[in-house]
Amino acid sequence: MSSEYRGVDFYAIDDLLTEEQRLVRDTVRDFVSEQVCPIIAEHARAGTFPHDLTPKMGEINVFGANLPEEYGCAGLDNISYGLIMQELERGDSGVRSFASVQGALVMYPIFKFGTEAQKRKWLPQLAKGSAIGCFGLTEPDHGSDPAGMTTRATRKGAGWVVHGNKMWITNGTLADVAVVWAQTEDGIQGFLLEKGMKGFSAPEMKGKLSLRASVTSELVMDHVEVPEENRLPNVKGLKGPLSCLTQARYGIAWGAVGAAQGVFDEAVNYAKSRIQFGKPIASFQLNQRKFADMVTEITKAQLVVWRLGKLKDDGKMTPQQVSLAKRNNVKIALDAARTCREILGANGILDEYTAMRHAANLESVHTYEGTYEIHTLVLGAAVTGIDAYR
Amino acid sequence: MNFVACVKRVPDTASKIRVGPDGRTMDPAGVTYVVNPYDEFAVEECLRLKEKVGGTVTVLTVGPADSSKELRHCLAMGADRAVLVKDDQLQRDPLSTAMALAEALKQIPHDVVFFGKQAVDHDNAQVGLLVATLLDLPAVAEVVKVELGSGTATVQREAEGKIEVFELPVPCVLTAQKGLNEPRYASLKGIMAAKSKKLDELAVAPGEVRIEVLKMEPPSARPEGKIVGEGAAAVPALVKLLREDAKVL
Repeated sequence: MSSEYRGVDFYAIDDLLTEEQRLVRDTVRDFVSEQVCPIIAEHARAGTFPHDLTPKMGEINVFGANLPEEYGCAGLDNISYGLIMQELERGDSGVRSFASVQGALVMYPIFKFGTEAQKRKWLPQLAKGSAIGCFGLTEPDHGSDPAGMTTRATRKGAGWVVHGNKMWITNGTLADVAVVWAQTEDGIQGFLLEKGMKGFSAPEMKGKLSLRASVTSELVMDHVEVPEENRLPNVKGLKGPLSCLTQARYGIAWGAVGAAQGVFDEAVNYAKSRIQFGKPIASFQLNQRKFADMVTEITKAQLVVWRLGKLKDDGKMTPQQVSLAKRNNVKIALDAARTCREILGANGILDEYTAMRHAANLESVHTYEGTYEIHTLVLGAAVTGIDAYR
Repeated sequence: MNFVACVKRVPDTASKIRVGPDGRTMDPAGVTYVVNPYDEFAVEECLRLKEKVGGTVTVLTVGPADSSKELRHCLAMGADRAVLVKDDQLQRDPLSTAMALAEALKQIPHDVVFFGKQAVDHDNAQVGLLVATLLDLPAVAEVVKVELGSGTATVQREAEGKIEVFELPVPCVLTAQKGLNEPRYASLKGIMAAKSKKLDELAVAPGEVRIEVLKMEPPSARPEGKIVGEGAAAVPALVKLLREDAKVL
């Protein structure tokens, strides 16, 4: 199989990839060209998630692809995992977000902090896509400041009662299992809330102008009784959820590169065939400057995530390094999407083209999973040793 | 049963082909390669037949060392073993390729040898049938359906205005037409599993190349189109031109 789309590889970064990593990338690239690109604009317009994709993505093992095979996952290295996110986001940030949440925010904490029974119960179904998960950390009044969360879990008999509200939860309404973080007398802990538990509901949030092909929800927990066996026993404190976010942000940094490459490819093709003043608009210096800037930023972003992947595989990656990659790559992708929309002129505002959808999506990605500003301050603190926001 | 799918590495159909400086070969710069799409049908059908009746699927290619990537793709789809006949000759004709494959097949157990009906690079559509001839095996080209009986294969081929049904004994050679199946994606687990599958190199004496490419040049540019007008008012002029100039009406 082959697709017209080739990505951007100005610096022969392909040569840094193993044969297996290239195969992974090409497989997901073909999948996205054939299964995502033809249907995604319609879903974005309707504001619906393409449910048909879930089992198909499960079949080719994209969910939690860097987790071990014994739990039904693909057991890939982290660069392969990143390449999967890159290609998915070339299709749509909403599809990549779905996979990020499923893998990095649900499967990862169950794998890392769960009991063997929790892993056996959930990971294989989540890997297949026969179960869907979501991650509840953010609250209406606590976004960048998760430590202030008001959701509480209190002991009742042998189990727990979880009470509170979460907001901006990707996949919430669809989820069979929610990893919910709550304050306890022992600090913040994670609980697995299951669909159908009494007092637990997840209404969908409407009116989004971004990530329209993705479901975003509130989680409403009205004194939900949760058995002890649903508590994630192996972590306490904010480092639990924050370590999940590090995993997800790692994928986002890769995903943004995919969105940037996608819009760039579209704009180059458009500019070469769009004739004004008797010649292709690609021949105009103002557009060439835009392409030169974009190909430079995309190349830098590619090298950043490749190196980050190496560090992650070597067990040396720090959250601050992830902040740098997430902050930079989403910003350059957002800028590229806006620039490409501009190059496409009026056509750029149509959903027949991808630039405006990506630009709108990336507005969310720019501020979710740590806003641009918070990552700026993380880097500021890393450089100076002084926290600006505490 | 032993299924062998013979595959070829071809330039990605979306690649822009440029003629190299020697004027006789393709310029490989910037070209990416894939498994010939018709050969993917062959691999997929072998996998499906194996899933039905059991056995092994071997993929076989004659090509440069880099063809290992395309073989790994087939292993990731589910083939059990891959065999590479290394060949760096840039210009090979169908018969010499067929001779190399036939020699290799003498060392690979085979009940059904499947090819794509043609490779999309040179479009010769010869190799599968030449291999059948060299190995003295019955063959049907361009099949769209395959059923295996005991010692026989029943296959269908779409011909002009009809569907032909053939029965032939195994071992046999078949070539795949579009419509035979929808090839699966290589799963990511499949890619991991492919790492530990065997990719053997087989040295066979290649056949002699007897057809020489003298020249390769891009097709001449199409003459510019003519706009005769806009809307309904332009129809009479268009009809006149189609009738008198183009002589198609």
